[in-house]
Amino acid sequence: MAHSGVPHHLSYPRFLLKVLDRATDGTWRFYAWMFVLTAIALVGANTWAWQVARGMAVTAMSDHVSWGLYIANFTFAVGLAAGGVMMVIPAYLYHDEDMHDVVIIGELLSVAAIVMALGFVVVDLGRPDRFWHMIPGLGKFHWPVSMLTWDVIVLNGYLAINLHVCGYLVYTRYRGERPDPRWYLPFVFLSIIWAISIHTVTAFLYSGLGGRPFWNSALLAPRFLASAFVTGPAFIILSLQLVRRFTAFKVPEGAIRRLLDILRVAALVNLFMLAAELFTHFYTGGHHAAAVRYLWLGMHGHHELVPWMWTSITLNLGAVAVLLTPSLRERRVVTNAALVAIFAAVWIEKGMGLIVPGFVPSTLHELVPYAPSIAEWKVTAGVWALGLMVFTVALKVGLQAMTGELRAPGAQADLAVEEKEVA
Amino acid sequence: MDEKPTRRVALKVLGATLGAVAFERALSPLRELDNITSVGDFLQKHYRELSRDEMNAVLRRLEDETQQRYGREVTIRDVRPTEGVQFAYALNLSVCIGCRRCVDACHVENNHDRPTHQSYIRVLEMTSGSMDMEQGNVGYDHTVPAEGKFYMPVQCQQCENPPCTKVCPVEATWQEPDGIVVVDYNWCIGCRYCEAACPYHARRFNWHKPEIPAAEINPDQSYLSNRIRPQGVVEKCTFCLHRTREGRLPACLEACPTGARVFGNVLDPNSDIRWVLENKRVFVLKEELGTRPRFFYFFDV
Repeated sequence: MAHSGVPHHLSYPRFLLKVLDRATDGTWRFYAWMFVLTAIALVGANTWAWQVARGMAVTAMSDHVSWGLYIANFTFAVGLAAGGVMMVIPAYLYHDEDMHDVVIIGELLSVAAIVMALGFVVVDLGRPDRFWHMIPGLGKFHWPVSMLTWDVIVLNGYLAINLHVCGYLVYTRYRGERPDPRWYLPFVFLSIIWAISIHTVTAFLYSGLGGRPFWNSALLAPRFLASAFVTGPAFIILSLQLVRRFTAFKVPEGAIRRLLDILRVAALVNLFMLAAELFTHFYTGGHHAAAVRYLWLGMHGHHELVPWMWTSITLNLGAVAVLLTPSLRERRVVTNAALVAIFAAVWIEKGMGLIVPGFVPSTLHELVPYAPSIAEWKVTAGVWALGLMVFTVALKVGLQAMTGELRAPGAQADLAVEEKEVA
Repeated sequence: MDEKPTRRVALKVLGATLGAVAFERALSPLRELDNITSVGDFLQKHYRELSRDEMNAVLRRLEDETQQRYGREVTIRDVRPTEGVQFAYALNLSVCIGCRRCVDACHVENNHDRPTHQSYIRVLEMTSGSMDMEQGNVGYDHTVPAEGKFYMPVQCQQCENPPCTKVCPVEATWQEPDGIVVVDYNWCIGCRYCEAACPYHARRFNWHKPEIPAAEINPDQSYLSNRIRPQGVVEKCTFCLHRTREGRLPACLEACPTGARVFGNVLDPNSDIRWVLENKRVFVLKEELGTRPRFFYFFDV
């Protein structure tokens, strides 16, 4: 505990410098990965700059389909952020020791995913230069009437909570101190409720619009959560295996098993709710079902989304079948393929399959199709690259703090659990 | 890792420098921003917070910017609502022939983008005997009126309970005391949430800087209505408030060759609109949504 004597105003800047140092250090694999991501992010930034300067006509959106790929990915990213909580709940509510060892990975994923979600909102703005109009006190924040202001609050709040929890744990580890539960446990429990809120509020953005029957469903928020608990765990399970492969960090098998269990249930609930929606729409018929008909079957000679949706449902059903077959459970390669498949399936279902049919057919029943432009794909790839960069660097620093590699000079590893991890 | 710290740090600094230069290059298109915005625009306050003097300064600046960007001298006024006036609009579907002159009049009056032939009005060709918009068609291209069809122009319904103003995160759009829903084009951040919320397809987004030849610009402009809109913001029908608040009629009404359109102050017992609302069996679009439109439709029979 030798380092405990160093006052925080001296220790914290040193900590930040050390973090910067470690965040930029690595093997050639790390540099290659970051170089590729940087290149993609720069292409995205450049395309976005053109879009701001020349106008959003570079996208394929129109007055009929006024949200597209950006808002689709925004919605998906919010789900990914909320999905991280599926590590926090077993770790802190059920005292799952294995999960507790790796829970920071879920929290760091939430941070990266929120960065992406905010990025997708910013690139969707026609006038990002007027961003300050939304800052409470400075601009005019239309709270509590506008659901978008709620979303601004919950997303930024969730980012702050997770940054605090992760930052606090990493910093105390750095100082070789035992974290004080009073400084992080209340925030961990707050983050659980908050995770539910980010996806609920994001669903309310859409479900609160009476003029858009496809979204105007009370089932939207529950569906959002169910699918979030599919994609979050899927992404984390894949990440855990990469961590195991490329770092010295010990990933307990129990955590992966628990996440797979959660994912199986969430995937079934998600499919059930999808079936319930499809039944209601198709059996009732009429105008209310127009968007669903366009989405799954095509309408008046337009079938733009039909291949997307059937790809999505095929991947989804295939993945669920694999994940539920006992004989396939032990085959990690097959399981991993199923995880990638279900991740892609939900990305379609909750992305293009959710946003576009809200606008097609339009409120005056015009059928104006939409397919993202090259510019939109570039910007989208750029935001994803940014999110993956944040996630990579955060993991790198976070895991080094957990193993004790990131430690202040003179600070001792005084926690038994750490000794175990370092060994 | 620790053997050659100085070399490693030097390489990192080099990498960071290269990254920063690449980032600066990537964002270089933003240098064109002075085509669409200015320092004055960036710092401007919300419409409802501008004092008289500040408003006048803003109007002069906007006139100068129009002169610079479009090469036309225009007058931009701030036309305020009159107390005791509540506007409403009614449209006689029995006499509308679908000629779309209202669409064109709107296009000209409101300084819309020329290449896209933008307008706040869409006319649906409907099948007689049905109010089903799914059977409607806006892209009709034949002599009108066609046999077995009737025509239904749709524009902003100026709802009393507008879903669009509710969703705006920055209060860039609101309902004026005379019932007209307006947008502060210099406050809108372009999120298009209002466009998603509107059940009547009444809102338009400026996907690019509006193009309009100097000679075709209508120089009689107002801040909240027909001045040339900036790129990246939402706009909508304002019942031509720069005309109607001064006792004139909307451009779409004046252009109508059949007299299908009736407009006025519902609080005036002698107005035409009052007569229509009292004597015709009027209806509104999508009444079930509870938006309470101020735009009414009726058939003559």
